[in-house]
Order: sequence, then C-alpha cells, then structure tokens
Amino acid sequence: MSCCAPGTEGALEFEKISHGLPTAEELWLSSRELGNGLRQTDLSVPKVYCGTCITTVEQALKKSPLVTRARVNLSTRRVSFVWKEEANGVRTNPAELAALIAATGYDAHLFTTAEEVNDAYRNELIRAVAISGFAAANIMLLSVSVWSGATDATRDLFHWISGLIAGPVLIFAGRFFYRSAWGALKHGRTNMDVPISLAITLSYAMSLWETIHHGPHAWFDATVSLLFFLLIGRTLEHVMRDRARSAITGLARLSPRGAMVILPDGAREYRPVEDIRPGDRIAIAAGDRVPVDGKVISGLSDIDMSIVNGESQPVAAGAGDMLQAGTLSLTGSMVVEATATARDSFLSEIIGLMEAAEGGRARYRRIADRAAQYYSPAVHLLALLSFLGWGIFGGDWKEALLIAVSVLIITCPCALGLAVPVVQVVAAGRLFQNGIMVKDGSAMERLAEVDSVVFDKTGTLTIGRPRLTNLADTRLDRLALAAGLALHSRHPLSRAIVQVATEAHDFAEVSEKPGEGLEAVTPEGIYRLGNRRFACPQDADSAAEREAASEVVLSLDGRLLQSFLFEDMPRPGAQKTIASLAKSGFSSIVLSGDRAPVVKELAARLGIAEWKAALSPRDKADYCVRAGEAGHKLLMVGDGINDAPALAAAHVSMAPATAADIGRQAADFVFLREGLEAVPLAIEISRRAGRLIRENFALAIGYNVFAVPIAIAGYATPLVASIAMSTSSLIVVVNALRLNRLARLEEKRQEDKAGSGLPANASFA
Amino acid sequence: MSNLIILIPVALLMGGLGLAAFLWSLKSGQYEDLDGAAWRALDDGDDKPVT
Repeated sequence: MSCCAPGTEGALEFEKISHGLPTAEELWLSSRELGNGLRQTDLSVPKVYCGTCITTVEQALKKSPLVTRARVNLSTRRVSFVWKEEANGVRTNPAELAALIAATGYDAHLFTTAEEVNDAYRNELIRAVAISGFAAANIMLLSVSVWSGATDATRDLFHWISGLIAGPVLIFAGRFFYRSAWGALKHGRTNMDVPISLAITLSYAMSLWETIHHGPHAWFDATVSLLFFLLIGRTLEHVMRDRARSAITGLARLSPRGAMVILPDGAREYRPVEDIRPGDRIAIAAGDRVPVDGKVISGLSDIDMSIVNGESQPVAAGAGDMLQAGTLSLTGSMVVEATATARDSFLSEIIGLMEAAEGGRARYRRIADRAAQYYSPAVHLLALLSFLGWGIFGGDWKEALLIAVSVLIITCPCALGLAVPVVQVVAAGRLFQNGIMVKDGSAMERLAEVDSVVFDKTGTLTIGRPRLTNLADTRLDRLALAAGLALHSRHPLSRAIVQVATEAHDFAEVSEKPGEGLEAVTPEGIYRLGNRRFACPQDADSAAEREAASEVVLSLDGRLLQSFLFEDMPRPGAQKTIASLAKSGFSSIVLSGDRAPVVKELAARLGIAEWKAALSPRDKADYCVRAGEAGHKLLMVGDGINDAPALAAAHVSMAPATAADIGRQAADFVFLREGLEAVPLAIEISRRAGRLIRENFALAIGYNVFAVPIAIAGYATPLVASIAMSTSSLIVVVNALRLNRLARLEEKRQEDKAGSGLPANASFA
Repeated sequence: MSNLIILIPVALLMGGLGLAAFLWSLKSGQYEDLDGAAWRALDDGDDKPVT
C-alpha cells in the first residue's frame, strides 16, 4: 500500500479525495429502498446554479442503464436519482454513479439527513395562508357591499355567508396561534399569540352574536384578514429558516457514516458507525476519517487533527497511539482497535459540554416576546377598563361589552406580529445573497447586541491549508522535482507544493513513509522529500526545530537540494476584517488549541492584541461562559469539533462552511464564502435589522395611540378597523423593505469609494 | 336580491376553484423547486450542448 505507482488505483484514489466522493458503502447505507429492487439516493451538488447544470447532471446520470430516474432540485442544490440494486446479477456500485456526476465537473456528496418533517409543516402553513386568503378576499367583498349601504335582509344574508366562511377558517388557520398561545399560558407565560388568539376568537363570537340579532356591525373581515396577514409573517419566517437549514445540511458531511470492520476470521465488513463496538478492529485507509476513538494496532500515518483540537500540523501516529474520533488519516493505512462506541467517543464528550453550555442561549427571550410581555397585559387591562367605564358611567352593559371587544380587535397586534418577521426575512435574504446562512431570527437579534468577537485560529482565521512562503528563492527545476514527488501524497504540505508548481517531474516509482516523507529511487540517486531528519539524516542534529513555520526538505542521496518553508494561510480579508471590527469598536480575541508561538505569530500579524493558546474545548467554552457572566456579549467564530462547546456557550456564533458537522450545527450563522468579511457584514446587517425592528415597533405603537382612543370612544366601526389595520401592516412591511434600499445605497457608496482609488478597475466593475 | 342568489354562489365557486387549483399544485410538489422550474421552462430538450 505504501508503494503506489501512478497507476489506475492511485489515480482513482486521488480522484476520490479531490472530489470528496462518498464511498460505495456509504452510498448503500444512505440510500432509501423503494422496493422492486430499486433504491433512491439523494446527493448534494452545491455547484449547480443554472439550466445547463440541470441538464448536464441529469443527462450524465440517465446515460447509465442502471439509473431509472434522475432529477435535480436547483433550489436545494440536490440531485435525487433512483437506481437498480443489481443489473444482470451484478450488484451495482453506487460510487460509479456518483462518479458519473463528478465526471461532469460537479462535486457530489452526502449530506446530513435533516428532518424532512419541516417540509410538511411549511406546506401546512402555506395551505393555511391560501385558505385564509381566499376567505379574507370573499368576506371583504361581502363587507364592502355592507359598508356601501346594504341593509336589512341583504345585510343579514351577507353577514351569515361571511360567518359561514369565517368559522371553519378560524379553526383551520387559527390553530397555529391557538396552539402557541395555549403552550405559553400553560407555562404561566404570555406571548404575542395570546392577544391574537383572544382578539380573533372574541371578534368572531361577537360578530356571530350581532348577526343572529340582526345587528349592523360584524367583524368577520377583521377576524380573517388578521389571520391572513399574521400567517404570511409566520410563513415567511419559517421559509427563511428552512432555506438556511437546507443550505447548511447540503454541505458535505465530514464525519464518516460507517467503517470497514475486520472480523476475527479476517473477512471485512462495512458497518454503520453506531454498530461499531469496543474491541472491533477497523481498517483506516489514507484519506479516511477515524469513526470512533481507538488505539492503533498496526500501520503508520500522519494524522490531521486540525478539526479536533486546532493543531495546524499533522502528527505522526503508529502502533500504540490513541486516536480521537474525527481525526483524518493523511498518508498511510492503519488498523485501529475501537476503544469506545460512537456514543462514548470524543465527539459525545463534546456534545455533553455543548448541552451544559447552552443555558445562556436558551434563556434569551425574543424581542417580540419581550414586547408581548408588556403589550398584552396593557391591552387586556385597557379593554377591561373601557368595559367597566362604559358599564358604570354609560349604564348599558351590552354596549360596554361591544366597545371592550372593539378595543381588543383594534389593538390586536397585527402590525406588531409582522414587525419582527418581515424585517428578519428581508435581512436574512440580504445575508443569503452574501453567502451567509442564518439559522433563526433570534440569532440576528443576539448578533446585534455583540460587543466583542472571539476567533478560533486554525480553519477560521486561517484557511487551514499551508502555503509555500519561500517561493521567490526556490529554483524552479527543484520545485518541479519536489512537485513530482509530492503528487503522490495527500499530506497538506505536499498539496501546497503541487499547488504552486507549474510543472512536475515524472517519477516512475514513489513510495511514501508515513511520518517522514516521500522517496523515489532513480538512476541519479535517491530523491527524498520530507522532514529534515528523513531527507538529510546526517545534518538532522544541526537542524534546529522550527517552531512557528514548518519545513519540508528535498534531497538527493542525503544532500540538501532545497528547503521549502510553509505557513498556514490567513483567510482572505482577515486583516481587513479585524481592522474594520476594531474601528467599529469591537475587541477581537483569538482562542486556539494550537501551540503558543504559532498563535502569537498569527495574532501579531493580524493585529489582534489578545490571544490564548493551547486551550482545551472546555477552556474555550468556559471562557465564553465567564465572559457572558461578566456581562459581555461574545460572538464566537470557530470551525472545529473543539470549538463546538464554545460556539454553543457564546451569546451568538458563526462557523465557516468548511467547519466540522457539529460546529455547523452549533453555530447560528454559517458563511459559505472563503473570506472573513462575512463577520462584520453579518453584524452590520443584524444591527440595521435591529434598528428597523425598533422603528416598526414605534410605528405599530404609534398607530395604537391613535386608534385606541377612537375605539374607547366607541367610534370604531368594522370599516375603520379594517382600514386602520391594513394601513399599519402595510407601513410596517414597507419600512422593512427599506433594508434592501439602504444596503443598495451603501453598496453604491462603496463602489464610488473604490472607484476613486482604482479608476481602471471601477470602470469595469 | 334575486340575482344575488346566483351571483354569490358563482363568485364563491370561482374563488373556490382557484383555491382548489392552488392546493392541488402545492400537493403535487410544484413549489419544491422554484429556481429549477424557471430554468426548465427554457430547456427545449433537443439542442444538446456541443461536447
């Protein structure tokens, strides 16, 4: 295995790694059985974006006789295809089908199977919107006739028809509010849905009573159009969360679904991770992630731990070493004995820490709920007072009841119910356009309060990939030799050499020594590329161990030909991001699991004064908890498994798309682009959204200041109520849309600014 | 008054038809992939890209 000529197997392996294609076993495990020997597989294809992409991917799959159906969903960036389990007695290899997609140039990978239940809930909401919309339109039609002068029997008829339409709609579309209001009341709390439920129920009951008694005023139109508006808000909010979630689950799954278990009799069997027991022996090939904690029995490899503990440099591991679940074997294959089940592995320890840390976030109350806390008692008190007032001073208790109910209807928080979701949906749309996914609206509210930003180092401030730093004083022929050797390895340093090389020398045979480097025996001598001790054994002692930078040496028969120096590349725009955060008054802190010299060097380069190194996952989470207790609102930006507890503990958190699965789940925001500019942008948009929400509240309350006296005075007719409610809702929506306009103005200003600095570029921008 | 007996049911029926059509389209999955549908409308299915 250690020797691999650039033959078919090696090339295929390389292909697999570069495209991140799932293995055949993983595809079998994740596919759904449809019966009749058919199976369905859903893969995420993140790069499809246009009509041609759809055709290309679908055609590529349909060309195979094994595929019976293939359909690309452009909105969720997924392809779903149905394939035959076996053809002509040969068991299908689904990896070949995935390779068909990869051959067209689109990456395809498995995604974490999210609860598809949400889809059903979304459809329920849309159905409720449609039905209440239908009812609202029809009742409004009838109400307009009443307002324009229908009287006596005609009016009664119209009221009766309206009531018949509104009744079922109230139950069908109103259940979302009733359920939520009941849930809140049961726990002794109150939320926005309590006054809403009360208003729609009372207005319906009163209208029915009026109708029976041939009264002139019925409020059916108010009841149903209220439902209609509020359901639109609720649906928008849900769709926003759905879209973000499907974009996040569409990202490649990093943790393995299963592993190749070596049975006692030597046979190999692919088992799902959950079925691996302590004592099982697992074969880990180069490029595999370790599925559970284990001890190495045989084999040697370089282990990439960056996602587990933030360590940027791979560590060599051999027989007897312990491996943590989630680490990646880079160079060699090993046999590992599982020491824990997946449930007890390192990852579960992290999950435990996360659950313990999540208290702060659960305690956060949404701004709408905080408003409802004051709003609903005030409104109910007001209605009670007008009832008592009119009853005592007016003497007519029936009249008093009518007025009290009309107060409730007119103060029903329609605009208030729309004030928050509409702004947040618009803001989430803006973030989405910039490649930032928001999990829910409360995340934006929390982000707007942040005062300092905590960064993880490896994979967050840096790309997590080393970059050759001494390219300028490297001889090109030496670089070509090194690239020829490096082609045969997936070690990150080798990859970095290949990436910058323009040509590669062709070696007939290259072998890889895990933990040491690569070697090629040629007529000119033995070429070696690797650490100094391996490449130049005689001057290994004289070579000082470098701390901050890592080094790879190319040698011929032990003579040094060229030394290559590397360092981890900061994310594009990292320096500018830190500077702009500092300018807006945020303090930045680096929390890293990596060694102190590396962290210090990077912090100094990016201009971050405060840094902490060699932290355990618990230390990071504790730091966030302590900061929270001290009254600071932290934004944690991190990607690794070791950051997950801190991501959960911080006031609000962000993760890049390259983060570990668990990190992405823990984070409130996930940004898909490589640059770090997403951080200040998300803060900026969230703050602006927060401002608009407060404006909307002011508008909605201002409307009440005008409308309530009219209702208390007894002048609120259904016509007045519906005009007032619709205008206040429209004003709130229009105000929310200003977010788009503000952002566009800002963009224009920035373009102008960039234009004055770079006139040549700007003319084409 | 008497024409209302006909007009109101007709209005409700037509609105109801629209509602039923919408609910059917929702159920048959026509809103699953709005972005894709926009592109598929342009695909004639006969002019394959030159490879």
